[in-house]
Amino acid sequence: MSDLRRTPLYEQYVELGAKVVPFAGWEMPVTYEGIREEHSAVRRHVGMFDVSHMGEVEVEGPGALAFLQLLLSNDIAKLEIGGAQYSCLCAEDGGVLDDLFAYRLGGDRYLIVTNAANHGTDLAWLGRWSRSFDVIVRDVADRYAMLAVQGPHARAVLGRALGIELPPRMRVAPVRVGNRPALVCGTGYTGEDGVELLLDPEVAIPIWVELLDAGVVPCGLGARDTLRLEVCFPLHGHELTPDRNPIEAGLGWCCAEATGFLGSQAVARARAEGTPERLAPFLIEGAGIPRDGNPVLAGEERVGIVTSGTFAPSLERGAGLAYVRADLAEPGTELAIDVRGKRRAARVASKPLYGNPPHRKAS
Amino acid sequence: MSEDNYPDDLRYHDQHDWARLEGDEHAVFGITWYAQDSLGEVVFYDPPEVGGTIDKDASYAEVESVKAVSDVIAPMSGEIVAVNDALEDTPEKINQDPYGEGWLVKVRLTAPQEAEGLLDAGEYRKLLEN
Repeated sequence: MSDLRRTPLYEQYVELGAKVVPFAGWEMPVTYEGIREEHSAVRRHVGMFDVSHMGEVEVEGPGALAFLQLLLSNDIAKLEIGGAQYSCLCAEDGGVLDDLFAYRLGGDRYLIVTNAANHGTDLAWLGRWSRSFDVIVRDVADRYAMLAVQGPHARAVLGRALGIELPPRMRVAPVRVGNRPALVCGTGYTGEDGVELLLDPEVAIPIWVELLDAGVVPCGLGARDTLRLEVCFPLHGHELTPDRNPIEAGLGWCCAEATGFLGSQAVARARAEGTPERLAPFLIEGAGIPRDGNPVLAGEERVGIVTSGTFAPSLERGAGLAYVRADLAEPGTELAIDVRGKRRAARVASKPLYGNPPHRKAS
Repeated sequence: MSEDNYPDDLRYHDQHDWARLEGDEHAVFGITWYAQDSLGEVVFYDPPEVGGTIDKDASYAEVESVKAVSDVIAPMSGEIVAVNDALEDTPEKINQDPYGEGWLVKVRLTAPQEAEGLLDAGEYRKLLEN
């Protein structure tokens, strides 16, 4: 375990008494004071997550647009300077190698943010395909610490604490933070308003402390997972894998097959013909908490598998995402989850599980 | 409770469970302060059936936090005579009061002599230190 990496904020976790675990090759905090409290801080106020384990790759050169158009599933030509766009990185067979945000920093300059577990394989994949383009692919993961500051008060607290202008949703802006260049992105993974800061690692600790002093609640990866699950954002390694295509994962909206991206033929076929299974969000009807890997049942028949399951703090019940037979993926369908041998009644719900008007009012 | 605490009147199993002997034939079981602290906020406890039998060293129930499931191991063998139904609505009592309102089951012991193999509070603390 000695080869686990630590972010620039590791000592802050220890100081705050976080529960630290290995995650994707890094020592990361699961929780500081409790997942429910942290979850609720983000839903109601503002929390921050150290996500410096995530990777960054810079793509630059006259061929950058054509190169990314081949590699990424979304139509990168639609991305303006200062814009952000979500995409899948697909293999030729349409399997999802990673899901990521691309930010256009300049005319021929893009930054993509990768999942920590996939950073190395993404780099190799990008590097391999870059050879026939006039483009440079640079691993810049060590240049950035990354903080996600999320919640309904995130913008107000952050703007006041750091004295910076924040870009609107799905935009990125260069700023100075701690007297160093930084990027602020109007993106996140919680279903709440907020931003993600890409900082010089040298200033990560002072900025973290400043935000703590401003009342921002430190949050671990546990709350990050419950927050994203309630709004049905997929997680690579769970809902997204090289064995699943974006269509069955419900990500057809970020696939522009007309661009001819790698995997576009398989994606076009899946879109036209349908897929045997589809990703469906579900709620447990009574007691029980579904977990990753639990079988999904219709009657006695096994019809799918849970890819993420948890106790959903804002919904106060078990909830999850599962791949189920396509004809059973419609909201309202009654299913059951086999939770370690106990049958738990469940119902397919519509996306997002949290954030529809009734829940907003309830919170 | 936020401070670790291991009452002297309990017997402990090395899988972080406690037994409170009541007379020669009965005992109440629960999980230790260390167990609840490791697990985090308990959000679900599914009690076993009254009348069921449980075997020393085997799992008789599960407690779940937001992200984790933990087996509860029986410190002694017996027949379940009562379960703490209140925990279905307030599982957080297992965190707040693991030796009181957070008790899990009451058992009629089938092998009371098993108590001799359990740890006392001092021995259990030593185990945690190692």
